[in-house]
Amino acid sequence: MANPTHPAEPVDGFDFYVAEDEHHEPGTMLGFWMYLMSDSLIFGILFAVYAVLGANYAAGPAPSDLFEIEKILLATAFLLLSSITYGFAVITMQEGKQKAMMLWLIVTGVFGLGFLAMEVMEFMHLAHLGAVPGVSAFLSSFWFLVGTHGLHVASGLVWLVVLLIQVQKHGLTPANKRRILCLSLFWHFLDLIWIGVFSFVYLTGVLL
Amino acid sequence: MSAEHHDTHEAHGSYRSYMIGFVLSVVLTAIPFWIVLADVEIHLWLALSIIFGLGAFQIMVHVFYFLHVTVKAEAGWQVMSLVFTGVLLLIVLVGSIWVMTHLNTNMMPQHEQMEMMRNAG
Repeated sequence: MANPTHPAEPVDGFDFYVAEDEHHEPGTMLGFWMYLMSDSLIFGILFAVYAVLGANYAAGPAPSDLFEIEKILLATAFLLLSSITYGFAVITMQEGKQKAMMLWLIVTGVFGLGFLAMEVMEFMHLAHLGAVPGVSAFLSSFWFLVGTHGLHVASGLVWLVVLLIQVQKHGLTPANKRRILCLSLFWHFLDLIWIGVFSFVYLTGVLL
Repeated sequence: MSAEHHDTHEAHGSYRSYMIGFVLSVVLTAIPFWIVLADVEIHLWLALSIIFGLGAFQIMVHVFYFLHVTVKAEAGWQVMSLVFTGVLLLIVLVGSIWVMTHLNTNMMPQHEQMEMMRNAG
């Protein structure tokens, strides 16, 4: 506050600020990462709820009566494949190949849609069997956990379509690149959460 | 000093790193599913520990090969927030399970309660 008229003018031999500051490319990436961390807290709580309530069947169906592991394996394969194709989309984006990138993004979207279709079919199958959330604490926590993940995938798909339109319209602008990198984090993050879901909910549920 | 260039190149992987992550993930997914689908004759607790161990390992593979978290990325803030979130999750999960599974032991068993009521009546 001593000399407000001369802000940070370098005097010989003195730097009043760090000239080589940490260069955060777009701060958006770190901010989006923080969002993902808070999102994983949401999922962590849903997992905790499932861990506590998952064995309370209230004379309703148990996991081994409901889950079809072959189908879960197929859904898992869809999601894992969509993860790697998104990786290829990011690489082709870095190489500046817009057409190839859009193609990989479309492939990613198709796999994601496949995953979502399998999940919707599973939910419809469960509803058909009468295994709706109101039946037992197990089913409430199961629908809530898996449904929240499914909603995330659905919103990721919407985001993907919007980005495809954006890239088609404006090309690979820095803003679009940043958005594609953010969605990349989001998409891989959802695959990561799914590891917890199939290990903890499906495979463990059938074994116990 | 092109920090920018260095960042974009390192941070978003190559075909090779994505493929390594993918192949690892396929193997780490296949083994637990195989144990359940093929009804492998092993002890339940061994099966569960394999499923959870490989699941945890696959999560780390994803973090490293797909999310590209490194100690250096974002000046360390990325890995720092990840570790912090991990600690929070550990407290929430372990704490919830621990407390909720021990509630029963702190309660009087139901049949004893009924016994007492019967004796009183």
